[in-house]
Amino acid sequence: MNKENKKYLIEGEKGKWEVVIGLEVHAQVISNSKLFSGSSTKFGAEPNTQVSLVDSAFPGMLPVINEYCIHQAIKTGLGLNAKINLHSVFDRKNYFYADLPQGYQISQYKNPIVGEGEVTLDLQGESKKIGIERLHLEQDAGKSIHDMDPSNTFVDLNRSGVALMEIVSKPDLRSPDEVNAYVKKLRSIMRYLGTCDGNMQEGSLRADVNVSVRKEGDTNLGTRCEIKNVNSIKFMQMAIIYEAQRQVELLESGKKINQETRLFDTKKNETRSMRSKEDAHDYRYFPDPDLLPLNIDNKLIEKIKKNLPELPDQKKERFINEYSLSAYEANILVSEKEISDYFEEVVKTSDKKLAKNWIIGELFASLNEKNISISDSPITSVKMAQLIDCITLGVISGRTAKEVFEIMKETGEEPRKIIESKGLQQKSDPKELEKIIDQVIIDNKDKVAQYKSGKDKLFGFFVGQVMKDSGGKANPQLVNEILKQKLK
Amino acid sequence: MSDISKKSLSELVKLIKKKEIKSEELTQSFIKNINNDNKLNSFITICSEEALKKSKSFDKSPKLDLLLPGIPIAVKDLFCTQGIKTTAGSKMLENFVPNYESTVTKNLWNEGAFLLGKLNCDEYAMGSSNETSYFGNVMNPIAENTVPGGSSGGSASALAADQTPTTIGTDTGGSIRQPASFTGTVGLKPTYGLCSRWGIVAFASSLDQAGPMTKTVEDSALMLEAMASFDKKDSTSINKKKENYFKNLNHNIRGLKIGIPKEYRVDGMPKEIDALWENGKKILKDSGVEIVDISLPNTKYALPTYYIVAPAEASSNLARYDGVKYGFRSAKGNNLIEMYENTRSEGFGDEVKRRILIGTYVLSSGYYEAYYLKAQKVRQLIKEDFDQSFKKVDAILTPSTPSSAFKIGEKKGDPISMYLNDIFTVPVNLAGIPAISIPAGIDKNNYPLGLQLIGRPLDEQKLLNIAYSMQKKINFKQSINRWWEN
Amino acid sequence: MSIDKDKIKHISKLARISVDEKKINDLTKDLASIFKFIEQLNELNTDKVEPLSSILNEPLRSRKDEINDGKIRTKILENSPQKNDEFFVVPKVVE
Repeated sequence: MNKENKKYLIEGEKGKWEVVIGLEVHAQVISNSKLFSGSSTKFGAEPNTQVSLVDSAFPGMLPVINEYCIHQAIKTGLGLNAKINLHSVFDRKNYFYADLPQGYQISQYKNPIVGEGEVTLDLQGESKKIGIERLHLEQDAGKSIHDMDPSNTFVDLNRSGVALMEIVSKPDLRSPDEVNAYVKKLRSIMRYLGTCDGNMQEGSLRADVNVSVRKEGDTNLGTRCEIKNVNSIKFMQMAIIYEAQRQVELLESGKKINQETRLFDTKKNETRSMRSKEDAHDYRYFPDPDLLPLNIDNKLIEKIKKNLPELPDQKKERFINEYSLSAYEANILVSEKEISDYFEEVVKTSDKKLAKNWIIGELFASLNEKNISISDSPITSVKMAQLIDCITLGVISGRTAKEVFEIMKETGEEPRKIIESKGLQQKSDPKELEKIIDQVIIDNKDKVAQYKSGKDKLFGFFVGQVMKDSGGKANPQLVNEILKQKLK
Repeated sequence: MSDISKKSLSELVKLIKKKEIKSEELTQSFIKNINNDNKLNSFITICSEEALKKSKSFDKSPKLDLLLPGIPIAVKDLFCTQGIKTTAGSKMLENFVPNYESTVTKNLWNEGAFLLGKLNCDEYAMGSSNETSYFGNVMNPIAENTVPGGSSGGSASALAADQTPTTIGTDTGGSIRQPASFTGTVGLKPTYGLCSRWGIVAFASSLDQAGPMTKTVEDSALMLEAMASFDKKDSTSINKKKENYFKNLNHNIRGLKIGIPKEYRVDGMPKEIDALWENGKKILKDSGVEIVDISLPNTKYALPTYYIVAPAEASSNLARYDGVKYGFRSAKGNNLIEMYENTRSEGFGDEVKRRILIGTYVLSSGYYEAYYLKAQKVRQLIKEDFDQSFKKVDAILTPSTPSSAFKIGEKKGDPISMYLNDIFTVPVNLAGIPAISIPAGIDKNNYPLGLQLIGRPLDEQKLLNIAYSMQKKINFKQSINRWWEN
Repeated sequence: MSIDKDKIKHISKLARISVDEKKINDLTKDLASIFKFIEQLNELNTDKVEPLSSILNEPLRSRKDEINDGKIRTKILENSPQKNDEFFVVPKVVE
């Protein structure tokens, strides 16, 4: 495959430009309580009901770290094939905002808990490795609600203090497609591990996108701009496209790019500069004196490693070998843990080829149509397996199975019940079929003669007639066999 | 009975346990002293009604096997006390009523004591003379218009004026020991991490430590026993078994080695302080202690180090005072940033603002390495100086302060001159080790002067024993006529 | 390294403290003398010294992942300068 053809480039007025993208993904850690306090992290609670004195930074309050959040970060680091740092430090990142009650965020600056790693993307059959710079733990901020009142902002601190993992990629991404694949892969890994639910609508996963451009072939990095807090993959892609174009236009007209922080306006579909951010970068990081350095031992890492679930990449390899899947098929089936679990439950009892075709084909189409996830589908893995078994056992034909499926997806009924109640069983009694076939032959003597004299295409006509006369229920394989015999 | 308010805490506890006095009459005697005072300004909040109620209810069913049964105690207004205003000496928290109790005060109440009132202090514990409080200056009972020291100035003043039998303060650079020296009382700063910081308004997190301020060393031991505890809610709290400092207090210090650091003999040190120090050495020698000359080579860098580290941490700790969740909010300000700027300019006093600016500066981009990081390196050296010395000696003897109490307003215009008050006390906080100041003599004006004993981490018992032995030999007696009373 | 008015204005902005024009000269003087004092540290060579990472020789203590706090909205909001039953209320940010 010629890689050159697949490069994502922007056509400027004066030449071709490459886009260089780095992502800082913020992933909310799955845990019962917050990173440094015992308040609940559950989404959707009444405002300020999941807030403690520590979360709201009352005088004299102090942080105590949640051990499970440390384990979750280590787990994620292992899932990213990354180095776990035995020594890490929590630093204060100092700035003022209404949803930051302490006036600082407890984060990690020079000594994060996880170091370099990598993630493999599957892009239309090719794989590409994206480097991970680091992963660190930090507190999430609360929520500022600006539109409830014309002159006031309302602050809800429920989210304040929830544990976040910030995953920083190396600037290895080169296109909106790669960004899509990268975010999906990260999300998938974390969902497999149970360290983040990746629910972008609920804000469990968001990203700051760093974009710069350079002339095709150039190896230096251009000045980058950071687009903050983008909370959907679609918006990330749109923001990248707009920003890259903006930068190309600026550079081609001889202007310089200001290194700055920008926001993506989802209504206008453009990025714009955030006001007065010159001193916002001076966060005056220093080690939090209310906490001590975090020292992890290798025993803990080994223990966590031992208990890791099978990750998407491993599962994909196994699926290719065990179930004779193509890389493309395996990719789809491991993209979500729920899907791979579903598939494996079905193939435990049923034909694997039919299973993969029906799941990737009909089932996915129905999920898309109804915009639901596989766990919400009325067609459970048990029922799917049953449907496939009906085909394998010849109870129904493949075509009839499609009819049955249509009913199943609306009602969630068991396929056998549907087949019985609608009398959809295939006719597989050779004697019964012979009768029908004999009749068709008698009724179409001229065509039989034409067939016997060489018009092979007419075979389909006979099959069609038999199917019609049998109400579509004749077993196609048997019909073929018997017809062939009779038309010899 | 003679004036019971003059008695030491241990004596009062004994009397209560022997049922010779009741909590109510004891509490009444302190309330009388407080109400008669219109000059010292040691209290910000007086809880006479609540205290009397508690004293009466104690007398109804006295629990005599506790450490502080029926004892009314006023505390520095830096400890959050549930339902009682806690101001930190600042306009920012002028009307702040916490709905939670600090761990250290809770420990006191669990031992049978109850709150008598909240004591004046330098704003946010920043000061060495109690002249930065929003609620006005505090006077030292030893003489009108003299400072009691700071930042626990109100605590030291109230204690020396018999307005509370004992009290607690906080010490970040000397804020317990220096006022103790200025008022002729005993002030102990425990090992960092021995007393919980939960619920104490934070100034500099790696330096702050709560400690007892008392009339005698045995009182100090008793209070420490009640105060110290492991607190899960404080990540810097040390998990160690509780010790019975009071019960185990003794004079047996024969054979111990005490170091005299040559760097503490500073240029221009008043002769009286030198004489005091020499006398202290003699007393110890007479008790069978070996005096050893030691060197703490990085001593002179302690104060500059402190004035980088403490403001840096303070600038961050005080960022939460933004008018959003509690405390003062300026009426001016059309948007969030204006509200912040006005609230913090109006709510904080000049010294606090100065320190926040210093702290912000030394952490800022381009200066972090040269200042904050450098200071943390020097701090490491200072700690190592002590570690090395404690291989040779069991404790270190120094003067507590470079002078006795000065006049109100005398050092106000010159921040450095004010900071130099803490020259002997600051190294101890930087190293996180315990130290106690005991009254050791008087100067030519009859103002008290203190000697400081510095100990190994978690070696409070030994420190208290040495202080106890010295106290007996020094036999410091202070009789103050109550010039501040009506 | 000199402290000047502009530097102080910049730092005040970072610290969200507005400095009175009348007071800025005195403040500059005070801060300059304080900085001169703390710059004594430059006399020491600390190239081979590790900064103090923690005054305690203890591991960072952690807690179990249990929900044992929160659900105290009234308590949390009762000290608010601007009263509201559900939220903290502040003047709008100008974006």
